[in-house]
Amino acid sequence: MDAFVLQILNGLDKGGAYALIALGLTLIFGTLGVVNFAHGALFMLGAFCAVSLQKLLTLSQQIKDESVTFFDAYKEVPYLEIWFGDTGSMIIDYAVPLSILLAIPVMLLIGLVMERGLIQYFYKRTHAEQILVTFGLAIVLQEIVKSVFGANPVPTPAPEIVAGSADIGAMFGLGAGVVYPWWRLIYLVFSLIVIAIVFAFLQFTTFGMVVRAGMADRETVGLLGINIQRRFTIVFGIAAIVAGLAGVMYTPILPPDYHIGMEFLVLSFVVVVVGGMGSLPGAVTAGFLLGILQSFASMTEVKDLIPGIDQIIIYLVAVVILLVRPRGLLGRKGVMEG
Amino acid sequence: MRDATPRSDLFFFLLFAVAVLTMPLWTAPFGASYPDLLQKFAIFGIFAIGFNILFGLTGYLSFGHAAFLGVGSYTAVWSFKLLSMSPIPAVLFGMLLAGLFAAAIGYVSLRRTGIYFAILTLAFAQMSYNLAYSVLTPITNGETGLQLTAEDPRALDALLGVDHGAGLPTPNLFGIEMIGFPAFYFCAVALIIAFYLAMRIARSPFGTMLRAIHSNQNRLSYTGVNTRPYALTAFVISGMYAGLAGSLLAVTDPLAGAERMQWTASGEVVLMTILGGAGTLLGPVLGAVVIKYFENIFSAFNNATLHATFDFLPGWLADPFVGLLSLFVGDGWHLTLGLLFMIVVIFLPGGMMEGINRTAKAVRRRREARHGASGDQDSKDGSGLSARAYHPGE
Amino acid sequence: MSILQVQNVNKSFSGLRALNNVNLTVEEGSVHAIIGPNGAGKSTLLNCFVGRLTPDTGTVTFMGHSLVGRKPHEINQVGVARVFQTPEIFGDLTLIENVMIPTLARRDGSYALNAWPRVDGQRQVIEKAEHLLEDVGLADKKDLTANSLSRGDKRRLELAMCLVQDPKLLLLDEPTAGMSRADTNATIDLLKRIGERGITKIVIEHDMHVVFSLAHTISVLAQGTVIAEGKPEQIKGDPRVQEAYLGGAHL
Repeated sequence: MDAFVLQILNGLDKGGAYALIALGLTLIFGTLGVVNFAHGALFMLGAFCAVSLQKLLTLSQQIKDESVTFFDAYKEVPYLEIWFGDTGSMIIDYAVPLSILLAIPVMLLIGLVMERGLIQYFYKRTHAEQILVTFGLAIVLQEIVKSVFGANPVPTPAPEIVAGSADIGAMFGLGAGVVYPWWRLIYLVFSLIVIAIVFAFLQFTTFGMVVRAGMADRETVGLLGINIQRRFTIVFGIAAIVAGLAGVMYTPILPPDYHIGMEFLVLSFVVVVVGGMGSLPGAVTAGFLLGILQSFASMTEVKDLIPGIDQIIIYLVAVVILLVRPRGLLGRKGVMEG
Repeated sequence: MRDATPRSDLFFFLLFAVAVLTMPLWTAPFGASYPDLLQKFAIFGIFAIGFNILFGLTGYLSFGHAAFLGVGSYTAVWSFKLLSMSPIPAVLFGMLLAGLFAAAIGYVSLRRTGIYFAILTLAFAQMSYNLAYSVLTPITNGETGLQLTAEDPRALDALLGVDHGAGLPTPNLFGIEMIGFPAFYFCAVALIIAFYLAMRIARSPFGTMLRAIHSNQNRLSYTGVNTRPYALTAFVISGMYAGLAGSLLAVTDPLAGAERMQWTASGEVVLMTILGGAGTLLGPVLGAVVIKYFENIFSAFNNATLHATFDFLPGWLADPFVGLLSLFVGDGWHLTLGLLFMIVVIFLPGGMMEGINRTAKAVRRRREARHGASGDQDSKDGSGLSARAYHPGE
Repeated sequence: MSILQVQNVNKSFSGLRALNNVNLTVEEGSVHAIIGPNGAGKSTLLNCFVGRLTPDTGTVTFMGHSLVGRKPHEINQVGVARVFQTPEIFGDLTLIENVMIPTLARRDGSYALNAWPRVDGQRQVIEKAEHLLEDVGLADKKDLTANSLSRGDKRRLELAMCLVQDPKLLLLDEPTAGMSRADTNATIDLLKRIGERGITKIVIEHDMHVVFSLAHTISVLAQGTVIAEGKPEQIKGDPRVQEAYLGGAHL
């Protein structure tokens, strides 16, 4: 029972990342009709927003290490600590959560530039061409990041206070020893909040209403004299923010390197297809579902039973779903078929 | 473009064969005339030709063809280990097994079209890749890759009394070691045969049906054609081409690793085909050659060679210039590749072949205008039964 | 002799009854028109003939073959061809290729691995296709791509693609929709001419001018039921039909 709960929890944070990326992918597909293979790169760029801020905050100066007395030793001390003392170190400690503030405007800008500069010319091209051009863009973006930050993963730790694990067992009356890293718990809650904000935004604002109407029937909305195009551009920006935030918050779980996006992209695409192209609830459901399934497949008991299942479970589920229910779990009929 | 007649095709084919066989000569001025690179041209040319039979003709975009490449490589290495160091059984078994693999994956994937088909093939390829790294280690030797050992049984060779002496044997065709230029010529002959077969397919009624699938699958089924076995045949053929390419990789270097099956490798063959021109005969080969060439040249550059190259510039200009260029070469080669990819898809969706045809047409038009001839020629655009450049699509 | 029998066919879409116990018999060699107001179920019925839809209950029998549950290509192979409301052609292939493909499909069956011979060496197929293009007046455009044609020409091309197969039954879904009067008349003439080949035709049409110039028998469909059937003169005077069309001013 404890192991069961733990596996679900283990799956949920990864599922949260899948859900956030898939949400943006499916939103872009539903509104702009574009298959965006560069979406994983947006996740990666978000992660490197956190890396950048961390690097910025820890810009440091060499000063003499007074604790070493028998020879001249120097140590790197961040300017922030020199200027603000303990407050400075605290700011550095909170680099990752602070990056959210940086990532929102940066990702919005990147999203808008990408849509206006490239994607808008591909609305009328075939899906294959959309896939290819965004795939090319993804390569370009990750290579740029590689040339700036290097090829190795950059560790970006979570704040000290949440570095440990939560004793879930004690909290919920489960067995002792059921522990779960605080940050992954935070990630889960964070992703749920972001998902809730996106849904609320689409559900309760006029802007969201127009967008949803546009997703359902673009032409009619266009006939009403509404500039649906500009709204869709903003939607792209929002999707970029969501993917970016997913990346920012994921950095303490997995130190980002330049191709972290590609790994997530393939899986997120599978998630989108399993959920149903263009279905927002589908993307979220499938994201968490596949995250949990993957986590269960990684249990030793399961692996002993079916060797290698942990390696293929997500793809296997995708194949079965596509064959049995081609429009995905919650997708509309006929989308992208033919 | 003029109609393709049997005569013009034969001429075209002979020209191609001569061009391939004389490659060591005419690639020399480009600094590409060394066997390792020439082998890659031929092998990836085969891979791309095969991929084009599926993607260029039927329009089905597979994102999993690297899996068949990998299967071909593993099978060939096993053939070297168990049967014989001759490349013939290695290549035959590589194609056969890749074909069987393609039949199974194609049978399932072709139940869907468009993006769903792409995702299905991608999923299968990723499964193969992940399994090759994990539970299939007894067959694939996991991360180390499958290698030859001196103790391999090589039953056929033992039976025929072929002695390889001590140490690691090299694949050899009736005593000719498959390294350097002999290995290139082995691959070149395979490429020429592969090209000829692809040409026959493209010009045949079968090929016409494949293009009809691309054009309007719905109409085709109301015309009495069962489209799925046609698409499946194309899928298996292109899988066998990939298997051939994979086994040739093993012939030239008897080592097979799972990274050959990764989806980025599948993406590379898509790029080769698109870059050259999907749906054209020559395009995929051109695309493969260009990409392998630039990969080789660009990744060989480093800051030192760049500085040496731009020695003639004044220092204040050379440093930033070299700094900028260094982003695109060496480790940055992938950046160039990505940019190239985007530029082709954005500006030249028909690939290099479209560029060549456009240029040729413009030249012809200018010449006609100078001679005061009428624009009669234009009405023959894309005429007859020729294999024109088709836009990649669903 | 009847060539197509439709018996007690029912079809519902999520509770909505599109076809309600439809019975229909088409005589061999005749032109049978199916008319009715919008949403009467005409296209649904046609889709049940060609395998796009499967009836919930009932039988569709064509020359002894049951068509229920068969795939479109199987139905075509027993001799049923269809012209669509919006022309379904091979847009990026040439006209001659467009017509050769159905010819090949008739000659080689639903699948043939005919990958070695050259397609431009299939003399008989090419001649037959050229002949058909001549019949529909598109011979001089045979090397153009089909997408470059006008809408009327596309319809003619699609017709040629069906006729080249020498079908026993030809289904025409609004063959003159969206055409000018002149084009419509040309199409009527064309259909009359091919009538001489003895192909049985089922026509769905809104234009009563077309219906009455072509049809031997007319079935009137309203709300998924055949409410009247007979010769054109009988249908013209039928009060039920007038009512179904709400006054039927254009009858």
